[in-house]
Amino acid sequence: MSRFNDDNLRLAKEIIGRYPKARSATIPLLHLAQQQEGHLSDEAMAHVAELVGATPAEVLGTASFYEMFKFEPVGRYLINICGTMSCALGGSDELLAHAEKVLGVKVGGTTADGLFTLERAECQAACTEAPNMQVNYRHCHRMTNELFDRLVDDLRSGRRDGDIPAHGTLARVRQQIPAERAVGPAALDDRGAPAWLPAKEVGG
Amino acid sequence: MSSYRWAAGYIDDGDRPKIVTSRFHLEDSYTLERYLATGGYQALRHALARTPAEVHDEVRGATVLGRGGAGFPAGTKWGLMPADKYPRYLVVNGDESEPGTYKDRLLMELDPHQLIEGSLIAAYAVGLAQVFLYIRGEMPLAHERVATALNEAYVAGYVGKNILGTDFSVDIVLHWGAGAYVVGEETALIESLEGKRGEPRLKPPYFPAAIGLYGQPTIVNNVETLSNLPWIMANGAAEYVRIGTETSPGTRMVAVSGHVERPGVFEIVNGTTTFRDLIYGDDFCRGIRNGNQLKAFVPGGGSAPWFTAEQLDLPFEGKLVGAAGSMLGSGAIMVMDHTTDIPAAALTLTRFYAHESCGQCTPCREGGTWLERVLQRVVDGRGTSADLAQMKEIGTSICPGEFPHASSSRHGLDATPFPYKMTTICFVGPSAYAPVHSALTLFPEEFAARVRDRVQIPVTAVQ
Repeated sequence: MSRFNDDNLRLAKEIIGRYPKARSATIPLLHLAQQQEGHLSDEAMAHVAELVGATPAEVLGTASFYEMFKFEPVGRYLINICGTMSCALGGSDELLAHAEKVLGVKVGGTTADGLFTLERAECQAACTEAPNMQVNYRHCHRMTNELFDRLVDDLRSGRRDGDIPAHGTLARVRQQIPAERAVGPAALDDRGAPAWLPAKEVGG
Repeated sequence: MSSYRWAAGYIDDGDRPKIVTSRFHLEDSYTLERYLATGGYQALRHALARTPAEVHDEVRGATVLGRGGAGFPAGTKWGLMPADKYPRYLVVNGDESEPGTYKDRLLMELDPHQLIEGSLIAAYAVGLAQVFLYIRGEMPLAHERVATALNEAYVAGYVGKNILGTDFSVDIVLHWGAGAYVVGEETALIESLEGKRGEPRLKPPYFPAAIGLYGQPTIVNNVETLSNLPWIMANGAAEYVRIGTETSPGTRMVAVSGHVERPGVFEIVNGTTTFRDLIYGDDFCRGIRNGNQLKAFVPGGGSAPWFTAEQLDLPFEGKLVGAAGSMLGSGAIMVMDHTTDIPAAALTLTRFYAHESCGQCTPCREGGTWLERVLQRVVDGRGTSADLAQMKEIGTSICPGEFPHASSSRHGLDATPFPYKMTTICFVGPSAYAPVHSALTLFPEEFAARVRDRVQIPVTAVQ
């Protein structure tokens, strides 16, 4: 659908500048493209390829490896219900069945209004808070059917807009390296030991 | 009116020493202001006042066992880098995703400056040119907290050019993951950081110390491992090894989840706390929920062979648990009570590893998926006794030879730690079989009951 807009292009170049090799910025740039569009289009991936010096096929090869990248539009809210052991022991199958009923979609489906996509996810690192789920990767601990209903209601009415941005926006704070403080990427052809390492101690 | 919970699962109500969680109880624990007010960045000053070699020796002397799963001492790992080869990199492994595990997420969300300071100490000690802090994609709060902390630390002069007015200069770059369990494997992490598919590299070399990121010497350290370093620099290795045991000094973080009264993440004294303490102790999980009986538990993350009540008195110590046929892995215990449907519980883990296979190695890619499907069939009551033999055969093709497991008295204390042998590049394949093997070995009657009456299955039901 689209290439990076001007602001994001500036940001993309800044991110690339932090790595010794541009291709290392592939995943961060794919996240940026997904933030702009909500999913990854062929054109966006081609733009990423152009920027990191890879072919579009290489970028697609990387993107398709990772769960979080979506190649078709998903709902504004991606609901991931954890199904791994601790959450399963805590009743995640029942929560998933309830979610399917309330949203009227099966796992993998998106509601007709384009608001919700439902997925079964793997371990979300909140195992003591079973059953756990995420909305756009924001944790929701110890979910019950009632809490799920209330959450869906809150999301529908926009009451959670303040803390749960639309799908694609991963973190609302980005790293900013002030130019005067930046060391810059360690170039691969710079073969010398760092300045603070006395020559006699080389090898540590 | 109750609300959905967003709080962390960390619990501290016992009289235990705290090394990495000392700020967790503070509401603003993640801010630079609070960090500085509680001794933050003093350890970095101590380090910079000494030579890099002295700092390395201090860390080596503390024997900080890697907290990511393998338990390799950090100081020794650093020493594996070849002399005279630069630039060298540090990749901080914040891609925590082992089933049952969460501590790195809390350390990044609740004390990001501690991790930054630990990374700086490592960079200074062994002359690392750049630090990449790789955070799992599905942890936006950790991203926000670490990004904010880095932004503050740069402005305040703790990170970047001429740190604290010295000639020590290093950038810390926050890097985002995008959802792939296998990327937690250190060579896969490096591939991912190079912008590629997160497929583990062929071994040897077993460590990326010599040939890592961009083919350069690279250290990959876990978040919890690095978070220990400020305390060690501030208090000394001698103080550190006074806590815990000789083989497992210090503390470590453990998440206990599943069917316990009070699941939680705890910082425990390393090597002395037993599984009984953790599951039944008043300071810890306070027993099985509803007064139920313990059936089995996974002692060290989803990949670990299971234990039963027989092993409750084992301490949470790597060598002893290894000798008993399992492993501590990433510090996660998952508890099953007597109501648990064992084949179904094993399926939740096997499905995880089958799903997370990167697809490079045939035994894992095909075997894991096959195991999942056959086990699903058994769980659904459509399995035959031939399926049980089939699962063992598939497992043997991933892990040839005798598979070690906890309950076998034949192995005694001489058992080889998990896994014995494997036909795959990394541990994902064997991990798909571990729960099936444990469940089949410890609870054969539950499988027998599932398949007993089914003589023939309809062709249409075969997947």
